[in-house]
Amino acid sequence: MGNVVSVLLQPRAVNVDLQTDATLQVDISDALSERDKVKFTVHTKSTLPNFKQNEFSVVRQHEEFIWLHDSFVENEDYAGYIIPPAPPRPDFDASREKLQKLGEGEGSMTKEEFTKMKQELEAEYLAIFKKTVAMHEVFLCRVAAHPVLRKDLNFHVFLEYNQDLSVRGKNKKEKLEDFFKNVVKSADGVLVAGVKDVDDFFEHEKTFLLEYHNRVKDASAKSDRMIRSHKNAADDINRIASSLYTCCVSNRRTLQLLSVVVLQKIEARVAADEDLKLADLLKYYLRESQAAKDLLYRRSRALVDYENANKALDKARAKNRDVLQAETSQQLCCHKFEKISESAKQELIDFKTRRVAAFRKNLVELAELELKHAKGNLQLLQSCLGILKGNT
Amino acid sequence: MFPQHRNVVVAQTQTFCVISLESNPQTSSEPASLPAEDISTNSNGPKQDSLFDDDPEDLFAEATEEVSLDSPERDVLLSDGPSPAITPITPPTSVITPCIGHAHDDMFTHSSFDEIEEEEGGDSFDMHISVSDPEKVGDGMNAYMAYKVTTKTSMSLFKRNEFSVKRRFSDFLGLHSKLASKYLHIGYIVPPAPEKSIVGMTKVKVGKEDQSSNEFVEKRRSALERYLMRTVKHPVLLKDPDVLQFLESSDLPRAVSTQALSSAGLLRMVNKAADAVNKMTIKMNESDAWFEEKQQHFENLDVQLRKLHASVESLVCHRKELSVNTAQFAKSAAMLGNSEDHTALSRALSQLAEVEEKIDQLHQDQANADFYLFSELLGDYVRLITAVKGVFDHRMKTWQKWQDSQMLLQKKREAEAKLQFTNKPDKLQQAKDEIKELEGKVQQGERDFEQISKTIRKEVSRFEKERVKDFKTIIIKYLESLVQTQQQLIKYWEAFLPEAKAIS
Repeated sequence: MGNVVSVLLQPRAVNVDLQTDATLQVDISDALSERDKVKFTVHTKSTLPNFKQNEFSVVRQHEEFIWLHDSFVENEDYAGYIIPPAPPRPDFDASREKLQKLGEGEGSMTKEEFTKMKQELEAEYLAIFKKTVAMHEVFLCRVAAHPVLRKDLNFHVFLEYNQDLSVRGKNKKEKLEDFFKNVVKSADGVLVAGVKDVDDFFEHEKTFLLEYHNRVKDASAKSDRMIRSHKNAADDINRIASSLYTCCVSNRRTLQLLSVVVLQKIEARVAADEDLKLADLLKYYLRESQAAKDLLYRRSRALVDYENANKALDKARAKNRDVLQAETSQQLCCHKFEKISESAKQELIDFKTRRVAAFRKNLVELAELELKHAKGNLQLLQSCLGILKGNT
Repeated sequence: MFPQHRNVVVAQTQTFCVISLESNPQTSSEPASLPAEDISTNSNGPKQDSLFDDDPEDLFAEATEEVSLDSPERDVLLSDGPSPAITPITPPTSVITPCIGHAHDDMFTHSSFDEIEEEEGGDSFDMHISVSDPEKVGDGMNAYMAYKVTTKTSMSLFKRNEFSVKRRFSDFLGLHSKLASKYLHIGYIVPPAPEKSIVGMTKVKVGKEDQSSNEFVEKRRSALERYLMRTVKHPVLLKDPDVLQFLESSDLPRAVSTQALSSAGLLRMVNKAADAVNKMTIKMNESDAWFEEKQQHFENLDVQLRKLHASVESLVCHRKELSVNTAQFAKSAAMLGNSEDHTALSRALSQLAEVEEKIDQLHQDQANADFYLFSELLGDYVRLITAVKGVFDHRMKTWQKWQDSQMLLQKKREAEAKLQFTNKPDKLQQAKDEIKELEGKVQQGERDFEQISKTIRKEVSRFEKERVKDFKTIIIKYLESLVQTQQQLIKYWEAFLPEAKAIS
């Protein structure tokens, strides 16, 4: 059982959703899965003057992606943008466990069964691997496509600096800090959300996003469950297929062989495709809608700050004390708020466009794949039946 | 949103790899691997035909065996054996000779046995039994389900062409018990009756009109029907007066000894235990390789069928789960569609929800098919194999009896020899009488053993044919249900696709 999996990936076609151009193209050209980490080869092609070369590659690990993402989130200048959601951590634990169990149980099954199950599990491992590569790549592409974020210095360092960025994962203390920060933020978010917005657009977006986010979360969870059931059924069918197969080999009922093979592949592939098109889509938009919500939160926060600054200014003027300070503070808040509002509007409109396009693409592809499978399966089944019946 | 060069994943989803199996010579121990190759279904055609040309010899031979038609064992079947006293109905042996010769040509024409039946009854097997209209009779714990047993036949064995009677579950058990006591010990494979289920029946008695008790009744009804059909398909059992009475007479004496806790039931349990112990102590000198091989074959089959049965049950469970989860997802997708503010996308999501809802129903129907076609069949065969193994055990017991008589005869002869030298004419005469009696017993024992061996061979051959036929029929039905499912899926997704494309 290989602990090292390397995937050579072809250059990607231009995605319909992202406005990419020759000035900056980023992709993950290679990936290596080692014992407990994954090494991504980030490949950049750029005509921008900022880079020393026109084409170059570096190796990055998951923690470095997270570092980059967090640096965006913590940057005040980017408060008005939807920060592309961070890719989820590569998680091969389940798959590795299954492979290990298979290895342990090797003695209890026939050689054919073992080989087949091993193939299936390795295919599963590969699928998870490809998914995680895709998630990381999407993150980078979103950043590269964003008019402002693509200019970020950290991003350029990430792309170009060919040494280890020496970002370690957060230690316990930092994780605890993060946890508390999140608690504070969500509490604050509730308070802030209560503030009615003057602007209709944002008010609508707020209500919309809140509901949408929750429903996407629910749909994502349910689709995961559905697909898991599907995979369970597919596993059962695999087991049945191999049992029937051994049954047939000893009893020479060759007809069963046909039906066996037919049964085998039908469910597994359907489940895999559903997973890719549907579940991943929902999961991604779960994270993106969260990012959009975060943007709205930041804006509301800024609005509240602005209103507070106004109140403070009035108070200062009334008391005629620290007026200048209050004025500067108020102006800062005003400026910040307006800046956020302006970019937020555009970001949210873009979010909608992207979302609609992504859903359209994936739903169409899902339907097409389902049709393709069903038609193929139907053909196979009918030819099988023809032979079975014709032989009587 | 996702990079498009992940084509590799998509390619893996095309897998129609029937081909890899055909090139396998039948006796190879190494089955071909099942690679995930992209093979178009067109190429399936010609190669698949060769599968059947390859399948020449004896259907019942395993890879290692060669029971050719000239082998001595077959001759036993063909010769005019003596009509043994034990078997109630013996087919006219002269008939058997011409037919079996064609048995090996095509595994799917059951020429030999059908022709035998034809000669016997004068008409071919044409009978259809249906068990229907389950009706609850009585109340409370004494309540029971009465089933209508309808027989449609054109066979001359019966007075009428169509008739029906009302029977309850214990009647079926009673029938089986009678047949078992008459035929099992002489080597006939008597199909086992469906199993009792105290839990299931109690629910029905108590009057719970819910889905699980409906399912239980349906499951039982279907099992009873299969049981009867299997029983009447057996040419010997069909002619048994108990069977005829069961099917025809409107009144049937109540079979009380079938109750689990009755004295007869307890006696049965004790006997079963005793048998198990005895079986372990009989060490038979198997002179006939055929029996040894067949026993091994059935042992293997038993293991495989049980495993298969377990897998299919697991599948049924997971499909039901899948159906539930699909329904939930459908609802969730509908909600998502509602909150989506882009109109076209919202509509598409609602459509997706509808499609998934329909698919959930499909999954449920498929789960039912899995169950009723596949799982129940496998369960039946697991029980049948137990009956087959029982028949082999009876042969061992018969052999043991014969050996015991022989040993006793030997002892008596030795004793008689000793008595020759004493002057006890009465005792000597007595010994001589006993020896004569024992000699008769030994001869009978030998004849019994040969008869049961002969019967078992016939029965096994019949059983295997039926098994192949049964499985084939079920697999065809199952595949047809799969075909329907795929056709429905195509319909649904084709309706959805334009909606998805309409999102602008």
